[in-house]
Amino acid sequence: MDRMPKWADVLLIPLISLTLAALLSALVILAIGEDPLAAVTMMVKGSLGSTYGWGYTLYYATNFMFTGLAVAVAFHARLFNIGGEGQAVLGGLGVAIVALSVPWPHWSLALAAALVAAALFGAGWALIPAYLQARRGSHVVITTIMFNFIAASLLNYILVNIMRPTGQMEPATAKFPKATHLPTLHDLLAPLGIPFSKAAPVNITLLIAVAACILVWVLLWRTRAGYEIRAYGHSEPGALYAGISPFRITMLAMLLSGGLAGMMAVNNVMGEAERLVLNAVEGAGFIGIAVALMGRSHPFGVFLAAILFGFLYQGGAELALWTNIPRELIVVIQALVILFTGALDNMVRMPLERLFRRRAGGGARGGAGGAGSSGSGGAESTAPKPHTRTTPIPGAPADEPAAGPTAADSPAASDPATPDGRRHPPV
Amino acid sequence: MTRNDPTGRPVTAAPDTSGPAHAGAGGGVGHDSVPAIELRGISKAFGPVQANRDISLKVMPGTIHGIIGENGAGKSTLMSILYGFYKADAGEILIRGKRVEIPDSQAAIAAGIGMVFQHFKLVQNFTVLENVILGVESGRLLKPSKAKARGLLKQLAEEYELHVDPDTLIEELNVGHQQRVEILKALYREADILILDEPTGVLTPPEADHLFRILEGLRREGKTIILITHKLREIMEITDTVSVMRRGEMTATLPTADTSPEELAELMVGRKVLLRVDKHPARPGPVVLSVEGLRVTDDKGVERLRGIDLDIRAGEILGIAGVAGNGQSELLRVLGGIAKGRGRVTMNGTPLPLEGAGADGRSRRAAGIAHVPEDRQHEGLIMDFSAWENAAFGYHDDPRFGSGTLMDNRAIQDDTRAKIERFDIRPADPMLSARNFSGGNQQKIVLAREIERNPDLLLIGQPTRGVDIGAIEFIHQQIVRLRDAGKAILLVSVELDEIMGLSDRIAVMFDGRIMGFRDPRITDEKELGLLMAGIADPAPATGGEG
Repeated sequence: MDRMPKWADVLLIPLISLTLAALLSALVILAIGEDPLAAVTMMVKGSLGSTYGWGYTLYYATNFMFTGLAVAVAFHARLFNIGGEGQAVLGGLGVAIVALSVPWPHWSLALAAALVAAALFGAGWALIPAYLQARRGSHVVITTIMFNFIAASLLNYILVNIMRPTGQMEPATAKFPKATHLPTLHDLLAPLGIPFSKAAPVNITLLIAVAACILVWVLLWRTRAGYEIRAYGHSEPGALYAGISPFRITMLAMLLSGGLAGMMAVNNVMGEAERLVLNAVEGAGFIGIAVALMGRSHPFGVFLAAILFGFLYQGGAELALWTNIPRELIVVIQALVILFTGALDNMVRMPLERLFRRRAGGGARGGAGGAGSSGSGGAESTAPKPHTRTTPIPGAPADEPAAGPTAADSPAASDPATPDGRRHPPV
Repeated sequence: MTRNDPTGRPVTAAPDTSGPAHAGAGGGVGHDSVPAIELRGISKAFGPVQANRDISLKVMPGTIHGIIGENGAGKSTLMSILYGFYKADAGEILIRGKRVEIPDSQAAIAAGIGMVFQHFKLVQNFTVLENVILGVESGRLLKPSKAKARGLLKQLAEEYELHVDPDTLIEELNVGHQQRVEILKALYREADILILDEPTGVLTPPEADHLFRILEGLRREGKTIILITHKLREIMEITDTVSVMRRGEMTATLPTADTSPEELAELMVGRKVLLRVDKHPARPGPVVLSVEGLRVTDDKGVERLRGIDLDIRAGEILGIAGVAGNGQSELLRVLGGIAKGRGRVTMNGTPLPLEGAGADGRSRRAAGIAHVPEDRQHEGLIMDFSAWENAAFGYHDDPRFGSGTLMDNRAIQDDTRAKIERFDIRPADPMLSARNFSGGNQQKIVLAREIERNPDLLLIGQPTRGVDIGAIEFIHQQIVRLRDAGKAILLVSVELDEIMGLSDRIAVMFDGRIMGFRDPRITDEKELGLLMAGIADPAPATGGEG
C-alpha cells in the first residue's frame, strides 16, 4: 500500500514543482521590469523553435545527461559526488591527449579511444576521494569539491605550460586534427533527408549519452553490481549483513560516477570546441546534481531532466542575447527549479500524499512496521536521497519525509529491548 | 503474591491493608467508587488507519489495570491521547469524574497523570535529583528546590522501595534504577495515575520483580496504575483488571482473576493460539559449530565478548538467554560474519576466519550458515526494496538467480512467489516493498529466505520481536521443523519464555561471558534470572556439552 500511485510520484510531483518554480520565476522577471510572458515565449522560441535552437538545447542536454548520470549512480550508493566538474575537466584532458597524440585515420576510432580516455581520466580523478571515503571515511563531499579546485588549477598549469602550442597566447591546446572531428546531428540526419541546422554543436555524442542512460538503467536494475550498489545505498548495516563489501561498492560507485562525468568531455571538447580550453565544463558538473535530483536518480528521469535543463540553458542564452534580462537571471530560474524539485520536494509531496490517502479511503492496514516513509513499490525503488552518512549537506533534500504516525502503536513497541551496553549488577 | 528477591528475602506484596490481588475493579479500600480515569468513546485515526475506535474504559482508583494487545493494536496511541501527545478525534476523558481536556503533557501532569515511557526521558549527565526537579523547580534558585526534593525523595524511597542515590548521575545507573527515577519523577509531580509503557522490556527478571513490588506498594497507597504490556504473564501476575485491544478496538475488559492467558491470547489475536511450543525432545547429532575462546572488541575498544566457549550439535536448539546488551548481539554478528573477532570457531570441522578476507556474510553463507538478524529492519531487510529483491538478499550471487553479471529478476520473482505461498506471507505480492508488510510478515520474508537455503546452522536473533502472536506460533514451528530436519540452531532472544519454550539447551550470557548452561526441563526462571543478573550459581555448571 504505497502512499500514492507511481505516476503521481514520478510525473505529477515534478510537474507541480516546475510550475511553482516557473511562477516564482515569472514574479522575479516582473520585479526587474520585464514581461514574463514575452520572456517565456523567447525562451521557448530560442531553444525549441528551430533546429538551431534544438541543436543547442540537445548539446547542453548531452552534457547534463552525463553529469546527471554520474551524480545519480553515486546517489544510489548514498554517496554525494559533487566533483563532476573536476572529473569532467580531467576527462577533457584525456580527450585532448588522445586526439592530439595519435594520427587517427577515422573519427570513429578516435571517438572510441576518446570515450575510454575520458572515462579513465574522470574515474581516475574520482579514485582518490573514493579511496579516502572507503578506507578513511573522509567525506566525499569535502574531498570531491576540493578536487574540483585542484582539477581547475591542474588544467590551468597544463594548458599554459605544457599543451599550449608555441606562439599562441590563449591557454588552450592546438586544434584537434580534422579526422577527429565528430559528425554533428546535421551530418547524421542529412543522409536520411532530414534537414538540421549545420551550425548547432549537437553531435553523435548525444546518441552515446542516450545509450549511457540505458546502460546505467541496466546496471542498476539488472546486474548484481547494481543490486549491491542500491542495497548498500539503502542500508549499510544491511549490506554488511549480506556480505556486500562497503569498500568495494564505494569504490565501484565512485569510479563509475567519475567515469560518466569524464565522458561528458567527448561532447564539449571533442564534439564542440575541437580543442581543450580553460573552463570547458562551464558548470555542467554542478548542473548534473540538479538533473539527478530532478530525475529522482533514475536514468530516464535524468534523460528528461537533462533536456529540461538544456532548454533552460539555451533559452537563458537567448534571453540574455535579445533582452535586457541578464544571463544571471537564468541561474536564478535554475536555482528555483532545483529548490522546488530538490530541497522543497516534501512541500509538494506531503500534501499530495495526504490527498491521495484521503481518496484511497480506509483501505490501508494499521501497519506495525515502525516508522514508514515513502516506499515506492515495484521493481525500481528510487535511490536513497543524497543524504550522506556523516554530515548533512546543506541544500540536499531532507532524508525521507518525516514519518507520519502511520503505525498505530509506537514504533518503539516493536523494539522492546534497547541494548544499552551497560552491565547490570545484582539488584 | 509472595516473591523472593535475589537476596533470598521473602517479600510479601500486600500486607493486609487492602488484601492481596484485588478481585475486580473498585477494590481499593477507602476510596469512593468514582473511576480514577474514564474514557468515553475515544476515536483516533491517522489517515485511513483507525488507531483507536470508540474506546471506553473505566479504571477504578487503587487498582492496577493492564492493557494488552499486539503491536499496532492501538495501546500506545490510547495512552498518548491520555498523556496529551495526540488529540482524540472523538470522545471524552474524565479524571475522577470530571471531564478534562488534555491538550499537552503539562495538562496531563496537572491532572495527576504520570507516564513512564519505554525509552526513558532522562538527562544522562544530570544527577537523579536534578532530573527529578527538572521543569518543576520551585524558584529561580536551585538550592531550595533541591533540598525540598531531597526530603521528598527520601520519603518516597522508604514508602515504595524506590531507593536511588539522589546524587548519582543517570548515566551511572543501570536500567532498572533509571526506571525508578522515572517513577520518582512522576510521583514528585504528584501523579496519582501512573502509566507504564512496556516497563519490563529492558529489565532482568529480578528487576522486574522489584518493579512489581513497587507497583504493589503504590496500589496500596491508592495510586492508580495502567500497565501496558504484551506479556501475558505480567498481566496475570500483577493486574486487577485487564483490557484487551485488537486492531484499535477494545475487545474486552475483564477482572484478571476471571481470565486465563489462553483466553487473553485468543482475545488479542481473534482466534485460538497455541502458547506452548509443540516439540519432541531433541536428538542431537554430531557437533556442527564449535566455538572456543571467542572474543569481540567493539569500535570503542570495549570487549563485548570475553571468551565464549560453546558447541552446537545437529538437531538441537541452543538458546542464549540474557538481558539485552550482554554480548548476545555480538555473538550473532561475529558468527554471521558482520563483526570481527578473535578465537577459534569451526564449522563442520573447518575453521572459520574471524577477521580479514573470508570473514564476511558471503563466506558464512557459503559455509552453510544462515542468519536471521536481530535487527530485521536495518540488517535483515532493505525496507525500500520490494519483497522479491529482499527474498534474494545475501543470496543474490546464486547461479539460480542468473548467470554472470546480469540478474534474472524473473527467476527471483518466481522463487519469491513460491516462498510467499509456503510461508503464508501477506499480502501475497512480491512487488510490494518490504516496509509495506507488517512486522510478522517481514520476519517471515527473512525466515523464508534463510530457512529455505537449507543451512547446516541457523543463527536467529529475536525471532518474534515486534511480531504478532499469530505469526509467533508459525515462526516457532518453522524453527522446530528445521531442528527436526537435523540442523543446528543458535537462538538469541530477550524473551525468556521463548528461550524456555524453544531451546533444547540454554546458555545464559552476562557481561560477555557464558554464566552457565542449563537444561530447560530442569531449570526455572528464577535460576536463569540470577544467572542473567551475573550471579554465579553455586551449583556446578554442566559445561559446553549438553
